[in-house]
Amino acid sequence: DAQNAFKVRLSIKTALGDNAYAWDANEEYLFKAMVAFAMRRYSSKSTTQISNVLLCNVTDRVSFWFVVTDSSKNVTTVPESEVEAAIRYSHCCCSLFFLSDWGYVYGLLTGSMLKSSDPSTPVWLIVFGVVLCLIVAGIIFLIVAGIQQRKKKSKESTERENLEEKGEVTVTVENGIPCETLDLKAGHINGVFAADDERFTSL
Amino acid sequence: AMEKSRPLWDNPLQFIFACISYAVGLGNVWRFPYLCQMYGGGGFLIPYFIMLIAEGMPLLYLELAVGQRMRQGSIGAWKIISPYLCGVGVASVIVSFFLSMYYNVINAWAFWYLFHSFQDPLPWATCPLNSNRTGYEEECEKTSSTQYFWYRQTLNISPSLEASGSLQWEQALCLTLAWLVVYLCILRGTESTGKVVYVTASLPYCVLIIYLIRGLTLHGAVNGLIYMFTPKMEQLSNPKAWISAATQIFFSLGLGFGSLIAFASYNEPNNNCERHAVIVSLINSATSIFASIVTFSIYGFKATFNYESCINKVILLLMNAFDLEEGSLTADNLNEMKDYLMATHPQEYAQLLPRLKNCSLEAELDTAVQGTGLAFIVYSEAIKNMEVPQLYSVLYFFMLLMLGIGSMLGNTAAILTPLTDSKAIGARFPKEVISGVVCFVNCVIGLIFTMEAGNYWFDIFNDYAATLSLLLIVLVETIAVCYIYGIRRFEKDLDTMIGRKPNWYWKIMWAVASPLLIISLFIFYLTDYILTGTLQYQAWDATQGQLVTKDYPGYALAVIGLLVAASTMCIPLGALVTFIRKRLKRENVST
Repeated sequence: DAQNAFKVRLSIKTALGDNAYAWDANEEYLFKAMVAFAMRRYSSKSTTQISNVLLCNVTDRVSFWFVVTDSSKNVTTVPESEVEAAIRYSHCCCSLFFLSDWGYVYGLLTGSMLKSSDPSTPVWLIVFGVVLCLIVAGIIFLIVAGIQQRKKKSKESTERENLEEKGEVTVTVENGIPCETLDLKAGHINGVFAADDERFTSL
Repeated sequence: AMEKSRPLWDNPLQFIFACISYAVGLGNVWRFPYLCQMYGGGGFLIPYFIMLIAEGMPLLYLELAVGQRMRQGSIGAWKIISPYLCGVGVASVIVSFFLSMYYNVINAWAFWYLFHSFQDPLPWATCPLNSNRTGYEEECEKTSSTQYFWYRQTLNISPSLEASGSLQWEQALCLTLAWLVVYLCILRGTESTGKVVYVTASLPYCVLIIYLIRGLTLHGAVNGLIYMFTPKMEQLSNPKAWISAATQIFFSLGLGFGSLIAFASYNEPNNNCERHAVIVSLINSATSIFASIVTFSIYGFKATFNYESCINKVILLLMNAFDLEEGSLTADNLNEMKDYLMATHPQEYAQLLPRLKNCSLEAELDTAVQGTGLAFIVYSEAIKNMEVPQLYSVLYFFMLLMLGIGSMLGNTAAILTPLTDSKAIGARFPKEVISGVVCFVNCVIGLIFTMEAGNYWFDIFNDYAATLSLLLIVLVETIAVCYIYGIRRFEKDLDTMIGRKPNWYWKIMWAVASPLLIISLFIFYLTDYILTGTLQYQAWDATQGQLVTKDYPGYALAVIGLLVAASTMCIPLGALVTFIRKRLKRENVST
């Protein structure tokens, strides 16, 4: 109710299920000890005692208010911001307050307790890089294999063509009657066949 | 000159797998479950099967037979049927070109999500912190973390179509990778495609089976299944149900793109394409139903999870406000306790009332989603709540990739087969170069979809690039084969190929039922477009954290018109050009 008080609500059963413990005076003592520790460690109030942490209005819900008093200045409470800062940076208190999503501290900023999912190096780029390299390697491999296959095929076909040409040359010579003699001798060129030849060559 | 023999599939199984890989795509996973939900659950299966028999199987058989008989890509095949029909082939190639431009962007998104699945926790499971670390990002608070991840971190979407924004380099990288993967698969033609389809056709089924087992064992899955399968028979009297069934069968099989003709052209001439047509269409439909069982068990899980979270939030609020002991409020006694609290502490209760949400399981199940929203938002939301979410996430997005790449193989085959068949291009350049050029051009144009307004352009292409044009193309195809080529001639061809003539069922479907169905679909869509006046789209409003409806600007409407006209005009233009050419030749010969 005082201006520097914090309201705390704990959902122990929801968070821990079967392992839930009952909230009793001992747990309250631990809570006070934790807060006192945080104050001693992380704020300027290094002489905070457990008796400086006051709990009130504890209900069945498990909710209560607490304030931290300053024994050096009489009966004043430590400002909200200092307590807040101390608890935020205190490693032990986080686990006490932040049981799970169900337990939260009313009034304290929950920024430090929010799960931050910003990894330093984007993981996806690494996976992307790996996949990219694999794909590019595959493409290069296939292209090179294709070129080699084509070179082999063209070599084979040129060899076959060479053989065919040689064959033709020998045929004309080995035909028995050399072509020139056909022309000079009684044979005359048949016009129909000549015209046919032209048609074929034009194709 | 020695004629190069046409490459063939190694065995008929490769052909079947290629067709299944092409036909079974994202539509089976993200459109059919939506339709099932909208049009009466189990009852929707009745119009679906009737349409399968009336239009799906006959048209599939027709395209496969044409491809196998003519042994050419779509342009060459239709030229053989009638020289006036070369425009049909060109229209198919243009539609395939549009499709491959935007379809691969889905694969890019699947890659993006796949690469991000290797983190703990999954990046879409929680909202990121805002810049001064005082709380969560504002936009993420208003909507859910999965929607935020999709709209902001994946798409970085702009508030409207006009605000183009800049190129998203991450998406551009993923798109380039997607095109490289497609290039790798089609590089060597049927030789490489034939091996790849073994994987792209079978792997999705493995993942679906794993998901089926996982989905059915999830808490609350039964709610989704009951919701889906309770037939609402009154929907059968809704004409939209029948039209949706017909449309779904039509587009799910991928008719009219020329891919099926291309695949069939690499068959042995005596391949039994009748049996294959029946097999492929039945498997396609069975996969749709299978996928919707999986989807609805996931829906049920997600809806139950959200419902229970909502109830728990209400319980927590009441407990905190009234300092009640933990465990005193449960889901069962919630309503009685609410009444009791209202009676005993009326003032505080009244104060709390605006924050108490009414949780309803029905409302959660009713959120019917389709398309990219289903695949990337709803599924990722369900996955983040499972145990070992990384494993299921990787499996799911890998499956999406397989489905998407399988369909891309068909699309690119539809473009490449006519190009490699043609003497002008096919003889001069090796097929690696032609495939490379096609992939490169598509990739560069596809960068439009990686800009901030890219998703709006994607929706334009998705809704308008193929719909009307395909209906027209397939209509012309059917009429051409039945009435121009002649059904008797076609019968004889099938007899030579398969060894028996098609029976009366096929003939009646080809000649009468299918054309009538397509004409009525066509008329329906035309009147629908005309009646609705201006076309509208859903834009993401970052300030509200939800979608709002906006009108398309003038130039977007012009692009839509251009998309439809580019392909449909080819048909009459092709006929006209052939007519003029023949006229000129006749004049040349006579003079």
